[in-house]
Amino acid sequence: MSADPMSDLDLYPVAEKAPERVRTPTGKPLSALTLDAVLSGDIGAEDIAITPEALMLQAKIARAAGRATLAENFERAADLVRVPQELILDTYELLRPGRAADAQQLLDRAALLRRDYGAARVAALIEEAAAVYARRGLFVKRY
Amino acid sequence: MSDLPRDDAPQNSNRWRRFAEWDERPLRHDLFAAENPEAGFSVFHSPYDPAPSLSIEGGRVTVMDGKPAADFDILDAFIAAHHIDPDMAATAMAMDPGDIARKLVDINVPRQELEALARGLTPARLAEVVGRLSALEITFAYAKMRQRQTPGNQAHVTNAKDDPLQLAADAAVAVALGFDEIETTMRVASNSWANALACTVGAAVGRGGVLFQCSIEEAEELQIGLAGLASYAETVSVYGTERAFIDGDDTPWSKALLTAAYASRGIKARCTSGAASELLMGFHEQRSLLYLEARCLCLQRAMGVQGTQNGGIDGAPLTASMAGGVRELMAENLIAVWLGLECASGNDCRTSESEIRVGAKITPYLLAGSDLICSGFGSIKKYDNSFNPSLFNGEEIEDYLLLQRDFQTDGGLTPVEEDQVLGLRVRAVEALAAVMEELGLGSVPRARMMSVVFASGSEETESYTAGEVTPISAAIKARGLTAIDVVRALARRGFTQEAENLLLMLRQRISGDYLQTSAMVRDGRVMSAINDPNNYSGPGTGYRMPEPRWQAVQGIRNVLTRERVLAAENVGEGGAEADWLVPAGPAEKGVNPHEVVIGVSPGFGRQLHQTTAGHALADVVAALVGGITAGGGTARVVRMLHTADTSFLGLAAARLSGSGFGIGIQAKGTTVLHQADRMPHMNLELFSNAPLAGLDHYRALGRNAARHTFGEAPEPVMVPTHGEALGARFHVRVALLYAIETGLIEPGGHPVELDYRPEMRAPEAAQ
Repeated sequence: MSADPMSDLDLYPVAEKAPERVRTPTGKPLSALTLDAVLSGDIGAEDIAITPEALMLQAKIARAAGRATLAENFERAADLVRVPQELILDTYELLRPGRAADAQQLLDRAALLRRDYGAARVAALIEEAAAVYARRGLFVKRY
Repeated sequence: MSDLPRDDAPQNSNRWRRFAEWDERPLRHDLFAAENPEAGFSVFHSPYDPAPSLSIEGGRVTVMDGKPAADFDILDAFIAAHHIDPDMAATAMAMDPGDIARKLVDINVPRQELEALARGLTPARLAEVVGRLSALEITFAYAKMRQRQTPGNQAHVTNAKDDPLQLAADAAVAVALGFDEIETTMRVASNSWANALACTVGAAVGRGGVLFQCSIEEAEELQIGLAGLASYAETVSVYGTERAFIDGDDTPWSKALLTAAYASRGIKARCTSGAASELLMGFHEQRSLLYLEARCLCLQRAMGVQGTQNGGIDGAPLTASMAGGVRELMAENLIAVWLGLECASGNDCRTSESEIRVGAKITPYLLAGSDLICSGFGSIKKYDNSFNPSLFNGEEIEDYLLLQRDFQTDGGLTPVEEDQVLGLRVRAVEALAAVMEELGLGSVPRARMMSVVFASGSEETESYTAGEVTPISAAIKARGLTAIDVVRALARRGFTQEAENLLLMLRQRISGDYLQTSAMVRDGRVMSAINDPNNYSGPGTGYRMPEPRWQAVQGIRNVLTRERVLAAENVGEGGAEADWLVPAGPAEKGVNPHEVVIGVSPGFGRQLHQTTAGHALADVVAALVGGITAGGGTARVVRMLHTADTSFLGLAAARLSGSGFGIGIQAKGTTVLHQADRMPHMNLELFSNAPLAGLDHYRALGRNAARHTFGEAPEPVMVPTHGEALGARFHVRVALLYAIETGLIEPGGHPVELDYRPEMRAPEAAQ
């Protein structure tokens, strides 16, 4: 693998090999995350988060390592970065058995995620679930 | 413990009493289950398991393991859509399962080639292949197929009171012990935020840089992770049947979304699955444990999670109750790594009350290595483990450290020193107290801190109770406190190194490097299957402990060196003659028919002054002489120079003795009663277990020797043993001491008459 000088594997670990490729959500470089910056308030909790770009970079690395399904997970994660926590948790709840009343409810959620957040890969996962849930009778209320 | 009536009249009992003794052993608390596929009790294969099969049309799976796509349950559907690689399936499924099994143990077949094959194999075929391997072959294949080269380990850090001070102190100790991950949970669910904060602070003390998590309900765990108070999650549980899955209140799609959600917050995640969970949940479909687990694992790879906590887990005791169950736990771990998943390989649940079964359970993992050997080693005491006792616990950490040293294998743990640990515990509770004060979470009384520092477990502490913790936990959550607030609080109160350690972990979140397969953080650097891939391909490859690491593993307590032994044994360097045993020229054969010669070894009373039982040699000689005298004999003491061997000491003494009876004794206390015309090793009496020989025994032996000179055949003196592992207890000392004796041997040296002067005995020799 190291024979290919352009292998994405050579970027790993990104924090050491390619730190310039990642930034905090507020656009700061890794080198800005110092204790002094935390104490002065230049770095806050909002900086301690991963970006879609970093996740897509890790997806490329995973794919180069022959781990395609892991890469797809990172890509779905990239979709979710900008989705608010409450909406993620609500969608998770909706995907649990018996929560959605019918397939349409799931399809509506998929459409919303695709439209408002560009979360196409997560939307596809939910649509796939809707079809299987319908076939397997998972829209039965559990409580 | 037994409720059965005890038989107090054994002569009337038609039972070998050994069975009654066996009944009392801890092992007898364990339950053992019979094979019964209809009831879900089958390990490697059930007659209800499907035959492996796979049909693909137009790039889509149409039949898998005998089931057409229209009948796929939720697991089949997800596995068919996301696990099966259509490009690999035809080749892989056409291969002979025996050939694949052989590839798994063939050092010439690279791991990557086998991982590629696995992407084309169905659950039933994966189970079939690993089922062909013996326990030894599974272990070997695991060593070859596991993902990250450097092994690691994970600790449980919990306590019965949810006491944050103890959590912090114990987390710091766990880090010092070398654990790469720390997992906490709580007795009271609402204490989760306080537990997470306490472990976050404790884990930043000392070496720092470990991944930590707080195990709780999914939504809450994600919130805690988002606040930076957890860096990984492993509660993404999956199950091997549709009804168990639904009963667990999830589906493959809900779990796949959750997995992506964790990654989207920069949190490492692994799934959890293990044999017998379906059986415990009542939905086993009469399938074998291994087949159901193969489904779980294919599903996990399909979901795109980087790894799994796998190997029975909560179902491990039930699995271990079945014949071949422990082999099955290893087999499912092998499927996990074969599928390219990080494996936190179970060993996190006490599968037996038998310490022998526990030690045997862990051994293959120590030999093979694992990403995380235990998915929760109880670093705290058993009763403090809020997950339930682990396979190994705080009580047994030193046993584990010894297993590493015995097999020269890296189980991920490092011995700690008493002063070091105490310092870390003080630092941890002080750091947490400072953070709590700084963040307005309360003032911590010094007495509470000190009670935790010295306590082995929560039963000994006078600190927070679970009820007192709840409002603290609620405040952390309600005020939205994050790990950045903790960094700030630490730094403001002078805990700069701890603040830096915590910030280092938070910084990792931005690059996402530790989201990759088998990632851990060591010395501030991420190591994973990407930059530290397992490349085992035979002797000289794969993980070998670097020399400094091996030195560290050897650093257990109380290792004896020659210097320490000699100092402890009061060994005289000069070898001066004792005042009570004075040389008096060459020894000659005696003529007194009731004489008993005591032949002492070269170092006796000169360099060496006490037996391994701790008796002063002067006391031993006094006992022997006193016994001989009481028996009507006359004692004479002679030093042998030509030998230090008990038999020859005794025989040489006997041949110098006027009666033909003599006693040979080594300085360590081993003693023989001999007769002049016997073969060297056909003695009359022998005290071979010197550590058990008391002064009364020596006195009785002296008396017996004297009675032999009168032609009597006295009852030999018995030194009772109770099965003590005397070799383990004494041989290090014995070998070092005996070497002193053998070093003094003069091969042609003539025996020396010794003038026994009990009145001259040095006061310090009296004990």
